[in-house]
Amino acid sequence: MLVPHIVKPRPDTGLTNGKFGIWLFLASEVMLFGALFATYLMLRVGATDWPLGTTYLDPKWATLNTAVLITSSVTMVMAWAMSAKRDFAKFRFFMLLTVALGFCFMIIKYIEYSAKFDHHYYPSTHVFLAIYFTLTGLHGLHVLGGMAVNAYLALFGKKLYDKDPEWFTNRVENSGLFWHFVDLVWIFLFPILYLL
Amino acid sequence: MGHSHAEIDRHIKIYLMVFGALLVLTAATVGAWKLHFLPATPAIALALIIASVKASLVALFFMHLNAENKAIYWVLALTMLFFFVLLLTPFLAAMDVISL
Repeated sequence: MLVPHIVKPRPDTGLTNGKFGIWLFLASEVMLFGALFATYLMLRVGATDWPLGTTYLDPKWATLNTAVLITSSVTMVMAWAMSAKRDFAKFRFFMLLTVALGFCFMIIKYIEYSAKFDHHYYPSTHVFLAIYFTLTGLHGLHVLGGMAVNAYLALFGKKLYDKDPEWFTNRVENSGLFWHFVDLVWIFLFPILYLL
Repeated sequence: MGHSHAEIDRHIKIYLMVFGALLVLTAATVGAWKLHFLPATPAIALALIIASVKASLVALFFMHLNAENKAIYWVLALTMLFFFVLLLTPFLAAMDVISL
């Protein structure tokens, strides 16, 4: 059975079901990360002594990762634009570039985590590191999830694109919304954890 | 929703301008932190203001919230309300307004 209103908007919401669904999902994600940000604030406000991010972390890696993720947001939106312009080859190029940049982000995160473990910095070492690993670990899982969906669309999307390019472009847009949300979370994680 | 090619080309120009602005704002965040020209509290405020501007740019232009459907604005307004209640909770607890 085909899910209704995935290409043309529903008359009552004015949105396709997929788009409304992804926004509701993102709303739940805001609350998930919001709870962790609130935990961070509670720990920081309640602590008698809170370390600067630089005590444990190296902002140069995070700065590089910020640039990588911002660039991936642009390539993601370019992938959507190319799909909307009905140019699948360019769509695939930008989408694979987005996946590659996500991969770069994860490699840099791996380098960063490895440096922590080499210094015997674990979540149990300090409450700052506990919240750091929780927030960045959860964020990293989101990056991996986004990469998987984007790679699927780039590698296996041609069939749906040929069948119904508008439906396919809607999927790309929804996947993009998730990817931009992941970027948006990082925009706040970067100064809060590394610089303040 | 279909888009004309000219409309998409206009979007692309905006995306590239936003990309430039995001990189400049990231450099400004790191620059302000490195130069230490502000005391701790204003420095925190500045970093969070810059982060909010960057997040707004991503949401408005990359997520197309500058021209979105009313239903989504309602969902987001409700989400932001609960989000700020969540963020406020630790401060209310610290001031003994509520107990956790």
